[in-house]
Amino acid sequence: MTTTTTGSSIEALQEKAKAIRRHVVESIAAAKSGHPGGSLSAADVVTALYFGGVMRHDVNNPHDPNRDRFILSKGHAAPVLYAALAEAGYLPIESLVTLRKLGSPLQGHPSKVDLPIIEASTGSLGMGLSVGVGMAMAAKYKGDNFRTYVMLGDGEAEEGQVWEAAMSAPFYKLDNLVAIVDSNKFQLDGSIEQILNWAPIAEKWAAFGWHTIEINGHNMEEILAAFAEAKTITGKPVCIIANTIKGEGVCFIAGNNEWHGKAPNADECARAMAELA
Amino acid sequence: MELGKATRVAYGEALASLGAEIPEMVVLDADLSKATMSKLFQNVYPERFFNMGICEANMVGVASGMASAGLIPFASSFASFLICKGFDQLRMSVAYQGENAKFCGTHTGISIGEDGVSQQGIEDIALACCLHGFAVLVPADEHEMRAAVRAAAFHKGPVYIRAGRPQVPIIYTADVKFTIGKADTLRPGKDVTIIAMGLMVGASLEAAAQLAETGIDARVINFSSIKPLDVEAIITAAKETGAIVVAEEHINHGGLGQAVSQVVVEHCPIPMSFVNIGDRFGESGTPDSLLEKYGLTAKDVAAAAQKLVARK
Repeated sequence: MTTTTTGSSIEALQEKAKAIRRHVVESIAAAKSGHPGGSLSAADVVTALYFGGVMRHDVNNPHDPNRDRFILSKGHAAPVLYAALAEAGYLPIESLVTLRKLGSPLQGHPSKVDLPIIEASTGSLGMGLSVGVGMAMAAKYKGDNFRTYVMLGDGEAEEGQVWEAAMSAPFYKLDNLVAIVDSNKFQLDGSIEQILNWAPIAEKWAAFGWHTIEINGHNMEEILAAFAEAKTITGKPVCIIANTIKGEGVCFIAGNNEWHGKAPNADECARAMAELA
Repeated sequence: MELGKATRVAYGEALASLGAEIPEMVVLDADLSKATMSKLFQNVYPERFFNMGICEANMVGVASGMASAGLIPFASSFASFLICKGFDQLRMSVAYQGENAKFCGTHTGISIGEDGVSQQGIEDIALACCLHGFAVLVPADEHEMRAAVRAAAFHKGPVYIRAGRPQVPIIYTADVKFTIGKADTLRPGKDVTIIAMGLMVGASLEAAAQLAETGIDARVINFSSIKPLDVEAIITAAKETGAIVVAEEHINHGGLGQAVSQVVVEHCPIPMSFVNIGDRFGESGTPDSLLEKYGLTAKDVAAAAQKLVARK
């Protein structure tokens, strides 16, 4: 049987998020390429999922059919997922610096075949929510009680497939499905506001039939409260809009979209690590 | 030749008949279940049928998620929509994950008739064949379709099945077995080999009968498994008959003809000829008038074989 990961104190979770951010910076620096901005913005929510008692998962039984699923639909944030999986014991911590290197299971974007603990291969934006809908429908059909969590980017939600999936989940009353929009306000070419402003975010998800919860995605108490609330909602799926800062945790990366897809050099890595110590 | 049911009808019947044997099987469609005939499964198992609406990309992703959770989904739509609109999803969420999900594209070729280009799936084999790990199947008649759906259900891994809209000639008996990766020689012959798929199999058998009257002894092989391809059957045919015609209701690029010619060039170069749609779109018209205009009749296959034998 799976066991519920014991929820930790807020302080312990904040320390865990810091450790995950350190792994993100170090692994991207070692790879000399990657996406620090969107990985760092997602770090607190991902930490809560794996270590805050939100997801039921068991490192000793990683493929338990009743484990909760997490799909990182914004696949370019792979380093934050690898970091969380390593901190949770699914991967050796030392393997994180093999990110993006030839022969490593830590592909540039998550690959289920290369790293079977990954629930869905992502990186072509817009796809994860459909896969999550399929998992949630299968759980309902089979009578399994696992829950499925899908994290999307706010830029990613410009993809039409996201809204096909967003239409289907409430229709099938998937109250075992939670979407999290990591709303860091930027996409590759610039701000969402400049490129394709699709605000208001929460109203759109609500109009599609989702229960919406809007939070500060860097406030651990708010994050845990949102996931707790999500578990109480019946008859419809839940969308948590996590307002975040791209690059949060490293002062010279935070809010600077130049760091969407740029690796820190040795000096920058050292400065970031000092800040995250 | 006696006409049987359309292969799309046999697809729906096969799903319905497998439902009891395979409890993990579920069926999805994108609002075309009355045309793909997946509704025949819905009629028997309404709780195991999911109409995903006119959202092909989402349907493919949902099938991936269902497969990863242990179900065996069969998802269908017109081939032109399923493969073209769902291609990135078939590539990333199914092929790249190696999911055990099955897909059926119906209304393939120009033989769908009057609806015209937008509904005519004439590129699906090219697209399906470039999906790593997919098996790509084109059953020739209703009996082979039922056997192919069964083989797909028990095959571990992604499968694409091509089905057609019109009734097609009966080639097999109800007890036919389908082996993924195996071609089936329907008629022996030593002068030329006609390799065909789908409704061109019936046309090729007719062509062989016409050729016999002119003294040409044509072998006819049904290549219902496009991927994996029966390489041995191609090499044997090349060596024994010295000439191969490939007949398919598909564009030239990426079809069965190019797959076969690669094997021939590598192992046993011989003269070849290709009967297909070429590099063009179809159009509206009755199925028969279209097959005639686009050169996909028994007469066209026989003429191609005759010319080819003269080149040997």
